[in-house]
Amino acid sequence: MRTGPTGKLLRRDVVAELLRDRGGLLAIGGLGAPAWDITAAGDVPENLPLWGGMGAAAMMGLGLALAQPSRPVAVITGDGEMLMGIGSLATIAVQRPRNLAIIVLDNEHYGETGMQETATRHGVDLAAMARGAGIGDCRLVRTAEEVTFLREAIHAGTGPIFAQVKIDEAPVPLVLPPREASILQARMREAVLGPAAHLQ
Amino acid sequence: MPDAAEDWPDEIYGLLKEHDIRQVALVPDAGHSRLIKRCLADNDMRVVTLTTEEEGIGMLFGAWLGGEKGVLLMQSSGVGNCINMLSVPIAHRTPLPMIVTMRGDYGEFNPFQVPMGNATQQVLEAMGTLVKRADAPEDVAPTVNATLRMAFNTYRPTATLIGQRVIGAKTFGK
Repeated sequence: MRTGPTGKLLRRDVVAELLRDRGGLLAIGGLGAPAWDITAAGDVPENLPLWGGMGAAAMMGLGLALAQPSRPVAVITGDGEMLMGIGSLATIAVQRPRNLAIIVLDNEHYGETGMQETATRHGVDLAAMARGAGIGDCRLVRTAEEVTFLREAIHAGTGPIFAQVKIDEAPVPLVLPPREASILQARMREAVLGPAAHLQ
Repeated sequence: MPDAAEDWPDEIYGLLKEHDIRQVALVPDAGHSRLIKRCLADNDMRVVTLTTEEEGIGMLFGAWLGGEKGVLLMQSSGVGNCINMLSVPIAHRTPLPMIVTMRGDYGEFNPFQVPMGNATQQVLEAMGTLVKRADAPEDVAPTVNATLRMAFNTYRPTATLIGQRVIGAKTFGK
């Protein structure tokens, strides 16, 4: 797994490893670069990349994890998106979904709007906030080995898991998913529920 | 004989069962307290207390992705917290039924409840939500039924506003 100029992990390599041999794993990509990252790993129906709804990615993961308790659900989002919905960590901690992992790709910046600094740049510790909310498995991830352990944990069903992955801040090429969001939801529903999804 | 003046929360609960609602997202309101108790006592419903109402919009979108139906319960002030997040069910074309108990609506005591209470219907409609009001106890069940049916049959945000005339205004002893 490569590192960038800052010595931190490259975001695309982290996501490619997390989504490797994914089985039935369902992934929600938070608004902005994480949505492009999960798309770069493979634009498949089991991905729901978000073009909006900033702050709600983790809660979408909760609703999906409760509805599909036998499948692993990974929310892959950014530090700015997570900060906007930070209260949802309390909501999720209380529900204790064993199949839900929330992974924050933390580059300490708002990447889509001109690389303004987020609060994590100034010492705000997201993993500590998640631990304080009561999520039992909270990790700060900085190395390739820790990413591989995280991937194994996502599939183990021992969640909820919160992982703050420190990543390099250098921009990477856009890999855009379909922008028509009705397609994005319908293809995931069909992947999960079969053709009956469209007759519910 | 059921008495609509008192039993409308039980009628809503019956409709939630009829529509196979499995996820109930809420920020509590006194007007919903009886319904919330019924949902909490039901092992087939997952009741999730939110830190802010917009969380519920994300959660119910996720529920629908996974094939479960949900409903969002809140007070009118909470509608204000949801505005931008309504883009999620609109852009994705997914169901979002909301049952809103009104404050700042009819005989309100608290000045802070009035601005959002007065704007609730306009704000929801400005964001593309189908809104129906129930201002008499006997209207609550049919209106909620219509709200659930329109959400799940036509894939969009819908809302029933239950008027303060039904719930009774909180008077703080005055």
